[in-house]
Amino acid sequence: MNPRPTALIAEDEPLLAAGLQAELQRLWPELHISALAGNGQQALDLALAQQPDICFLDIRMPGMSGLDAARALAEDWPDASLASFPLLVFVTAYDQYALQAFEHQAADYLLKPVEPHRLAACVQRLRRRLALRQVQADTTPVATSATVSAAGIDQLSALLDSLSGASPATRHPRLEMLQAQVGNTVHLVPVDEVIYFEAADKYVRAITAEREHLLRLSLRELLPQLDEQRFWQIHRGTVVQVRHVSSAVRDESGKLRLNLRGRPERLLVSRLNAHLFKGM
Amino acid sequence: MPDHAMPDTAPDTPPAARWRSLRRHGLINFLVCCGIAVWLSVLAGGHWLANLVYSQAIGMLCWLVIDAGRLLVAHELARRHPDTAEYAQGWPGWRWMGAIIVLGVPLAYLAGSLLGGLLVKEVSSLPGQPGGETSHPGGLGFMLILSFTVAALMVGFMYARNALLSVRAEAETVRRLATETQLKLLQSQLEPHMLFNTLANLRVLIGLDPPRAQAMLDHLIAFLRATLTASRHGGLQPLQAEFARIEDYLALMGIRMGARLHSTLVLPATLREHPVPPLLLQPLVENAIQHGLEPKIDGGRIEVCAAAEADRLVLTVRDTGVGLADATRPDTASAGSIDSFGLTQIRARLAALHGAQARLTLQTADDAEGGTLARIELPLVPTMPTTIAAQPHHP
Repeated sequence: MNPRPTALIAEDEPLLAAGLQAELQRLWPELHISALAGNGQQALDLALAQQPDICFLDIRMPGMSGLDAARALAEDWPDASLASFPLLVFVTAYDQYALQAFEHQAADYLLKPVEPHRLAACVQRLRRRLALRQVQADTTPVATSATVSAAGIDQLSALLDSLSGASPATRHPRLEMLQAQVGNTVHLVPVDEVIYFEAADKYVRAITAEREHLLRLSLRELLPQLDEQRFWQIHRGTVVQVRHVSSAVRDESGKLRLNLRGRPERLLVSRLNAHLFKGM
Repeated sequence: MPDHAMPDTAPDTPPAARWRSLRRHGLINFLVCCGIAVWLSVLAGGHWLANLVYSQAIGMLCWLVIDAGRLLVAHELARRHPDTAEYAQGWPGWRWMGAIIVLGVPLAYLAGSLLGGLLVKEVSSLPGQPGGETSHPGGLGFMLILSFTVAALMVGFMYARNALLSVRAEAETVRRLATETQLKLLQSQLEPHMLFNTLANLRVLIGLDPPRAQAMLDHLIAFLRATLTASRHGGLQPLQAEFARIEDYLALMGIRMGARLHSTLVLPATLREHPVPPLLLQPLVENAIQHGLEPKIDGGRIEVCAAAEADRLVLTVRDTGVGLADATRPDTASAGSIDSFGLTQIRARLAALHGAQARLTLQTADDAEGGTLARIELPLVPTMPTTIAAQPHHP
């Protein structure tokens, strides 16, 4: 007999969190709601700590959106328990661009206000998925079960890709020169010389062959201004200029790392972005 | 050089419309020349066909020279002064047109006479055209004056006609813009996220706490009614009506955000009846919530105040949210366009009512709590007759 399934609810509006919890308890008494999170960061921390079977993620939350929390969760989820990556249910009041993507890629999605019959259908679907997962875990050897159920992560990766494609393309002028201010001096750095960018709290570090510069903007603000053909996001905190990459090597623990031309350090590629590097 | 200064955004007539207007000018020109030929035949004699040939040759060349001159000069002027709409539309102004007519008409007259003479000689079956003298019936001076007069009249007529058309087109554009603005204003007020999240909260509250749910529904009804009314009527309303709808909005947000939102409204009794345009403060309050406090994990405070400072009415919306720098992040860009729309709207309506006497400023709050301070200043004694909108306002 497997233990009671667990779920986490991430929702910043307290009444809605309580309402969803109450409805779920009525429809699925065995489900144990292990935590209520009020923002994206809290949801990420709690999900990593408790490893629930299901996460209900509101899309619009303060600090970190539900989608960003899902991405971070997939990147930080321990390799050892990859098979039990949570089923994700996105909850939103109105996201015209996202809905179509959810339709295909998320375990399910719910529209607020959540109607009881819709939630019941969602519960049915989640129960089936969990049962299937249980069967797979019982019948397949431990070594391959991880690859089988990493399908959840692949789905999430596809979802995030389709969302970035679906959102309305806002044209940003391409950045050619970075301006990094240090004291009274503004250093001008051609963007072409940057080997990689790394998120550092609210700022971004731009690393060239010679030195690093601190830019006073977030990686999120910087990204739309970069040419996505040349600059690839390999981790939620790392963007590399692909012509400075010499090789991608999978190490003994299964992690993908990049060797760079002109820098000794090796950059970690998150599992959501590993598909960027494959032989031709 | 910023993009908006490029000439491609200048009001421009599409090629099809240009051709149509060219054809029309040609036809009018042809008819006028026919008229002149008939008139000359009656007044000064000569063969009607010869008169017609001369008249058409001179008239068409006049038209060609004047229109070509007009377009060339206007094009050159538009290149040098990209901001003058008149140049971009192909009108160089009366001074230049005068010069073009004075220089162009004698030229066209001479060339037209020669061309006419050639054509008439060519068609040798025409009876009795012995020399050049009949090509100037009434004498050279008379014919030149006639040409000048006709050319000036034609240019004047076409100018007046184009001016009328462009005034009409402008009125049409203004009407369309007004409708679009009204729609966008309504759209930004009834933002679907706000509406569906509010309804979702209401749905939960009905089960948990029916009296509170009823109160919430009342706020929603009042908010919707005020929004729909305000977006239909442009008139002024008492300040307390604007405050009442903000109170409704903040009550709804208070239920949704729970302990994360604290709000204060300050409206001195003496200012309650002061007339202001509707939806003046509302977009600022929504900005403060959506881009200041909602994105902030711990939430914060919002204060909406009205105060009289000397002869100025000062309205402020202060929040302790994430502040301006963070609020303009690209991920909120889609909502951001609505915001800048809201701000543009407020500025436009203030300018329309009070000119330079009213203004809206948006700045980072300069105390320890941070956040954003939006401030509207307008004359306390309204410069316009107070037409307080006859609409029922909130209790």
